[in-house]
Amino acid sequence: MALGPEEANRFAALLEERQEELVGAWTDRVAQSLRGRLSRTELERQTGELRKGFHAALAGGAAELGQEPADELRAQLTELSSSRARQGFSATETAVSVFALKDAVLTVLDGSDASNLRDYVAFSGFVDQAALFTFDSYVQIREGLIADQAEQLLELSTPVVKLWEGVVAVPLVGTLDSARAQVVMERLLETLVETGSPHAIIDITGVPAVDTQVAQHILKTVVAARLMGADCIISGIRPQIAQTIVALGIEFGDIATKASLADALRFVLKKTGR
Amino acid sequence: MERVPILKLGEILLVSIQIDMEDQVALQLQEDLAERIVATRCHGVLIDISALDIVDSFVGRTLATIASISRVLDAETVVVGMRPAVAITLVELGLSLPGIRTALNVELGMELLARDASFDFEDAASMAVDEAVDEP
Amino acid sequence: MSDGERIEVGTDQDVVRVRQLVRTVAVSVKLSLVDQTKLVTAASELARNTLVYGGGGTVEVARVDNGRRRGIQIVFADQGPGIADLELALTDGYTTGGGLGLGLSGARRLVDEFLIDTSIGRGTTVTVTKWCR
Repeated sequence: MALGPEEANRFAALLEERQEELVGAWTDRVAQSLRGRLSRTELERQTGELRKGFHAALAGGAAELGQEPADELRAQLTELSSSRARQGFSATETAVSVFALKDAVLTVLDGSDASNLRDYVAFSGFVDQAALFTFDSYVQIREGLIADQAEQLLELSTPVVKLWEGVVAVPLVGTLDSARAQVVMERLLETLVETGSPHAIIDITGVPAVDTQVAQHILKTVVAARLMGADCIISGIRPQIAQTIVALGIEFGDIATKASLADALRFVLKKTGR
Repeated sequence: MERVPILKLGEILLVSIQIDMEDQVALQLQEDLAERIVATRCHGVLIDISALDIVDSFVGRTLATIASISRVLDAETVVVGMRPAVAITLVELGLSLPGIRTALNVELGMELLARDASFDFEDAASMAVDEAVDEP
Repeated sequence: MSDGERIEVGTDQDVVRVRQLVRTVAVSVKLSLVDQTKLVTAASELARNTLVYGGGGTVEVARVDNGRRRGIQIVFADQGPGIADLELALTDGYTTGGGLGLGLSGARRLVDEFLIDTSIGRGTTVTVTKWCR
């Protein structure tokens, strides 16, 4: 249920008048759930800031978390989720940091007054929205972190190296999915241009298996390289992969294949007369 | 209408396409180049497309036609500087540009043409020897 | 669909303008370089079809958003003769205009979504969409 303007005002006043007790009780609860992984001073600072945020939102007349007076509060909650996510706290631990405000408010509220309790239910709904918002942004931030890490892994796992004057190589290691195959192949073509190397060796010794899509990516890259004026050799094809390639009916056509990276390099050097 | 300039560098005609060509401009280039090959008696044509951010089927076909016309006029064509993204797109489009020789950059393209020229020279030399031997 | 831009295609020069507009919009929605290149190439093929086979028409470029991803949608419309045998027209190598016959079939491979609506005597509308990865 939405917070009426009267209720919002009363809670804004409460948050202001009883701030010390509130922040104290709030910090206690949060500290309990985090079991000492953040210092009390740090937590006190955070809850203090959040109290200001809640106060400003309610004093501004926000009935829902999505409304304009609560903009600042939402930004604070996002910030909180972000730091918690980066420090490795769980989603529950993060959301509890907000939920604990409800408990803290109960400790300072005069429970004997029935109208106070009605107010509390409305206020409680507002805090729930805030906690859910925190939970949501926590998940988003974690997803972002995971995507970044995946990208970093991709960067690390796909080196394109210059092997000799005019020869570059991509030693592929690990399972190749379609996305990674695409990244590697684009990188290879770019390196050909940057280094002016007319020869490329794609070494798949470290690749346990290929599917049709990955094989197609490799083939398309070889054709693209040819269009650009460079030759590709594929080395290190394992017996199982050779069987897959034939079983899938993929035509390797006139693409040169060699047993090992060394054989491939020897072949290139011989061809170029070095 | 804009025109693509054709430069003569020694034995080679160099064409550097720097503009997003209208189809008419591409066709004009095809005509101009044929005339210049005959007028200059050059045996090599380098077309630098490193400034082109796309090559569609029309430009692709024009390049192939230029290569064929040049061959008839006894000149070899090498297309140089195709960007990776362009090459990937052409493969997806299904355009493999058969009959067009390519090199990564102008320098490598020149080497390719120079090698051709020396092969021609050797061929001519060995033919001369053959003839000499054949003669009684 | 939002803030669509429209170009009348009646000359060679308009095809170049379509390419430039598509490139600008592709950059603005942060399409990867390879995807930009694929989309601009597809647009060039289709705009030329609109001009050569449709006798001219319009091209509309717009940013789209399906909630999860952003992308670009381009609509090529003409009031030309229409395509009699669509399946044949979408076959690699088939052409009536002296081209390589890769315009329609090739363009289809370069985009994520490809819709074609044609009827004899009323014209052809091709709608393509490319999404950010």
